[in-house]
Amino acid sequence: MATNTTAVQAKVAKPVAAPGPWREAFGRLIRNKLAIVGLILVILLLFCGIFGPFIAPWPYQVQDLAAVQANGNRPLPPLSPNHILGTDQLGRDLLSRLLDGARISITVAFVVQAVIIFIGVPVGALAGWFGGRTDNALMRLTDVIYAFPDILFIILLSVAFRDTVVGQSLDGLLLVFIAIGLVGWVTVARLTRGQMLALKETEFVEAARAIGVSDRKIVTRHLLPNGMGPIIVAITLGIPVAILAEATLAYIGIGVQPPRASWGSLISEGQKFIRSEPHLVVFPAVFIALALIGFTFLGDGLRDALDPKLKGKQ
Amino acid sequence: MVGAEEDIPAADAPSIVELSADDVLRARNEAVSQAGLGRNAEHLLEVRGLSTHFFTPDGIVQAVDDVSFDVGYGETLGLVGESGCGKSVSALSIARLVPDPPGRIVSGSILFDGIDLLKLSPEDMRKLRGKEIGFIFQDPLTSLNPTLTIGYQIGESIREHMGLSTKAAKERITELLAKVGIPRPADRLNDYPFQFSGGMRQRVMIAIALSCDPKLILADEPTTALDVTIQAQILELIQRLSSEFGTAVLLITHDLGIAAGMCDRVNVMYAGRIVETGTVDTLFENPRMPYAWGLLDSLPRIDDVRGDRLRTIEGLPPLLIAPPKACRFGPRCPYIRDVCREGEPELTQRDGEDHFARCFATQPDGWIS
Repeated sequence: MATNTTAVQAKVAKPVAAPGPWREAFGRLIRNKLAIVGLILVILLLFCGIFGPFIAPWPYQVQDLAAVQANGNRPLPPLSPNHILGTDQLGRDLLSRLLDGARISITVAFVVQAVIIFIGVPVGALAGWFGGRTDNALMRLTDVIYAFPDILFIILLSVAFRDTVVGQSLDGLLLVFIAIGLVGWVTVARLTRGQMLALKETEFVEAARAIGVSDRKIVTRHLLPNGMGPIIVAITLGIPVAILAEATLAYIGIGVQPPRASWGSLISEGQKFIRSEPHLVVFPAVFIALALIGFTFLGDGLRDALDPKLKGKQ
Repeated sequence: MVGAEEDIPAADAPSIVELSADDVLRARNEAVSQAGLGRNAEHLLEVRGLSTHFFTPDGIVQAVDDVSFDVGYGETLGLVGESGCGKSVSALSIARLVPDPPGRIVSGSILFDGIDLLKLSPEDMRKLRGKEIGFIFQDPLTSLNPTLTIGYQIGESIREHMGLSTKAAKERITELLAKVGIPRPADRLNDYPFQFSGGMRQRVMIAIALSCDPKLILADEPTTALDVTIQAQILELIQRLSSEFGTAVLLITHDLGIAAGMCDRVNVMYAGRIVETGTVDTLFENPRMPYAWGLLDSLPRIDDVRGDRLRTIEGLPPLLIAPPKACRFGPRCPYIRDVCREGEPELTQRDGEDHFARCFATQPDGWIS
């Protein structure tokens, strides 16, 4: 009898380790076509941003004056020899400048989100976990920042600190990061707080307390991982907002300093020639649009993947 | 060591409370190993005059009102009563897990193995939870974190309290899973809760509760969420493991059948108070409180005529905001007299030695004999 049992057990195939919730979400993500389109666009953008200077035909600030003069002091049109997307009126290669703009955009995208996570998640977690007075104080602070006009706040900050060390570092970009991050964290803070409030009451948190898990571990190991889904989605969907905010600021002349080029400042420079040389506006606009579409599709896909219950309900 | 002995008279519980839990535990363990005994007080748990109130906008809800009881070493005590009578709040109070706000333990003392739990700092209390007092919750489906593996969650308490190495902890987790009857335990450590059935998850919860060899397990309706066959298995498991480890169990249930099968003694609670207490045999053979009769009478019986309605106790339990100074069961009691409306009866002794009931009618001079 005993030998029989062991023989049977030996034949039982070892079960394949089932994927955890995160891997399952990833599986759902890659089955979503739009999300894949978004992912490809984002990867392309990342590639341009990281390797842009190496693949760019020209350095972004170099002027091909001879070519411009040969063209009667007008910007070169697309598909000119040596300048596949043409040049601006100073003879700078548009593709190279767009690639440098990609670098600025992804830096904005990720550094701003890092600032937002760094401020928003702890503020929301503290408010949600402690509740009461802490909650009240932190949430009123976020209300104040939420109520203040974003662009006005960013412009004020940028102007006020323009001549300081912070204002000058990274070609003027650091200040833009900080300014956009400072107005952006409130959404994530509120979201995190809401997640904490909902999860704090769950029984597995009570069970964790009942076996003497410390508060810090309950927050970091039990609450945050469970509430992470919506936060990740909000952050991904916050990236296009940040890119757009930077482009807007650059368009009105705040942020990146010449000769560096952000997509927003390229549009702003190009619009003087919008009737005769529309490519100077169209290409940066297309780049901005593709980047925004990429992150938005990816964010939507992540939302569906991380919260399967939502699927088909929209 | 000798000094510690002098400072801390181990058998003399109330004077210990000034020290931190660690000191007390260490000193007690030394004392215990010298004396060769596993106990430090007459009873493992002595709850005295415990009152837990909830401060709500509508008023103060006296969820648990002046409750006293003991749990002996290795004993299984049942706490029975209908929903909202204060059973769960009593257990939460013992573990000091009453949600605050709105709840607060307003008076009383809870001596656990000679330590007054209500005087411990939150940090010392946290160290005690899970290590000395295990907790089994009602609903195993929601009591496990869906994003963490089973192995991690069982190990959580072990890592927190026992300081084992990763390898030793893993061995212990596997051993615990095997103890609670999970097949192929080593393969299942990295599984997530959704891969376990309800009964298996409750087994995991039991493994978590037992993971640090606690002296007491608070089991708050451990089988309510499970179907009847799984219920029987889980109860059998709790019974077997508690006797194997000599763990005392405070079993909270509204199911008298479970209480009769599992417990040594039973407390019947009603409206925040204990209304009758006794050994299982005396209480079920000779209940001395109309509420207990009603509870026993409301059980479905195998010889019930098909189609008959189930018997119930008429009426509802009183609101626990400012309860009247009268017998709380009075309004629902078929034997009520004026004396029941004028004052509240005390818990007084009945025939058996450990048998107490809170009823004027069944007192020696009462009108029910």
